[in-house]
Amino acid sequence: MTQPRQLAATALLWAALLTMPLWINAIGGYTELASRVVVMGLAAMALNFLLGYTGTLSFGHAAYFGLAAYGTGMTLKFLAPSTALGMLVGVAAGTLAAALLGALIVRRRGVYFAMVTIAFGQVFYFIAFRWNSVTGGDDGLTGWRRQPLDFAGIRLDVQNSDTAFYYLALACLAVSAAAMAMLLRSPFGRTLLAIRENERRARFLGLAVERHLWLSFVISCAFVSLAGTLYALLNNFTDPRALRWDMSGNFVMMAVLGGMRSFWGPLIGAAVFVVLQDYVSSHTENWMSVVGLIFVLVVLFFPRGLLGLLRGRGSA
Amino acid sequence: MTQLILFNVFNGLITGAFYALMALGLSLILNLSGVINFAHGGFLALGAYLAYSLMPFVGFWGALLIAPLLTAALGLVVERLLIRRVYGRDPLYSLLLTFGLAYILEDLVRYVWGAQSLPYPIPGVLTQPLSRQFFFLTGYRLFMVALVALAVTALFLILGRTRLGMRIRAGTLDLETVGALGVNVRVLRNLNFGLGIYLAGLAGVLAAGMLGLQPTIGTSLIMPSFVAIIVGGLGSLPGTLLGGLLIGVASGLATVYLPSASEAIIYVMMGLVLLVRPRGLLGEEGRLQ
Repeated sequence: MTQPRQLAATALLWAALLTMPLWINAIGGYTELASRVVVMGLAAMALNFLLGYTGTLSFGHAAYFGLAAYGTGMTLKFLAPSTALGMLVGVAAGTLAAALLGALIVRRRGVYFAMVTIAFGQVFYFIAFRWNSVTGGDDGLTGWRRQPLDFAGIRLDVQNSDTAFYYLALACLAVSAAAMAMLLRSPFGRTLLAIRENERRARFLGLAVERHLWLSFVISCAFVSLAGTLYALLNNFTDPRALRWDMSGNFVMMAVLGGMRSFWGPLIGAAVFVVLQDYVSSHTENWMSVVGLIFVLVVLFFPRGLLGLLRGRGSA
Repeated sequence: MTQLILFNVFNGLITGAFYALMALGLSLILNLSGVINFAHGGFLALGAYLAYSLMPFVGFWGALLIAPLLTAALGLVVERLLIRRVYGRDPLYSLLLTFGLAYILEDLVRYVWGAQSLPYPIPGVLTQPLSRQFFFLTGYRLFMVALVALAVTALFLILGRTRLGMRIRAGTLDLETVGALGVNVRVLRNLNFGLGIYLAGLAGVLAAGMLGLQPTIGTSLIMPSFVAIIVGGLGSLPGTLLGGLLIGVASGLATVYLPSASEAIIYVMMGLVLLVRPRGLLGEEGRLQ
């Protein structure tokens, strides 16, 4: 973990993230794209907390992502014009739903686990889609904007400055990444690895497998909820597509594309995926085919992801 | 009121029959090869649109016969070239692969046939209501139910009475042993995939006649099919059939009492099943865990 090369790579990654608003325009991007990279990166890393470290595949994380997005949007629209409150409510909503449904979901494993997560995810999609009067239905939730943030007398004008919002998102990513890294290094994280490597053995050792899986599911969903609130704030908008299954699939893709056996891999994968999607969808109507093709090619030829590719065959 | 309930129960049965047809194909593939075929909806849409294009040349009945076969043939090719490579790997990869395929198929349909919905003409014989009081019993609906029943019976006969079906059932339990006994497992999985895709194609043609043609026709049917499998129980085909019909009727009944919940109710049912009987109604414990 603390090899000098890895430290250098992490430092380089963070240098790039910290300076992104300065150079992204020069290479043909825009600040909002940078923010989207960070938000999606957080979502992919959150998913990978579950996928990469417990080996259980959730194909339904978009549900909690989108639920948090709606929580934030609806708080800002109906309750109070406060970004901080919106984020709080969003994360709480997503995490609570994950805690409740997670108790049912962790009863299953493998393919079954994946199917149950997908199917439960759809409930929220239909609620958002159908409950027109509150959620705005298919047209999405509009009529609200993110508000400036006040920290102990210092005002961060995320409302009008895209750059300020970028750094807010980046700060959330930094805090979340630090929290996840700490959790993974704790006895709790080691237990997750033990479950991933051999669940039966972990069970025989007296570890509470279900409780650990449930907890890691909830933690993972809490961070994906944070990403969801940021996503809503970024767009000043949210619609049912934020919680549909294809969004979940994209999260999984980002994690795999970057490399799900490495901590920062999903962030790299998200960056590549988001930029590529942005580029392709502005150049052709058939972006779905291109994205689909990427899925197929990654599965067939780069199953260990970009970072897995860099590291070579030996060390993963 | 009785009529309204009857109408919606009948409607639900039809929807359930679709779910079941689709879910049976998914189940076949999942049980033998451990692959959740996300692209199933894409194949369904393809079957529907192929039938649409064939109809001017071979008529309604010809299209009904040929389109599912063509879809199945394409399924055989896709299995050979792509799906086969992820057998035995983490389910993650088969999910992502078929997910990508689903994207490609939907886009392909949109590219070839356009994004607008198209009408799917059905013969006049089948559109007449059969009785004035039960106006909803059109010939086409009865015909659909009959055809689904026929297809399901045929499927169970194939599985129960033919050598291929016997091998599929044996392979579902222990593929390695089946291979060791001299059965060509690659061919078996290929044919099994084709059989599943045939059911998707057939469901597509039938759905087209009822719902019309849209590129998203498959995606809207695939999630309920997952639910049907989970409610019925993984690894049990009769369970899948039962699950499909049950959730169909449930969403039909929900339409009477709480229309806006007609979609969400099936997920509530799934939650209940997982809570009370995690293996599903007719599922075996420990399958595909």
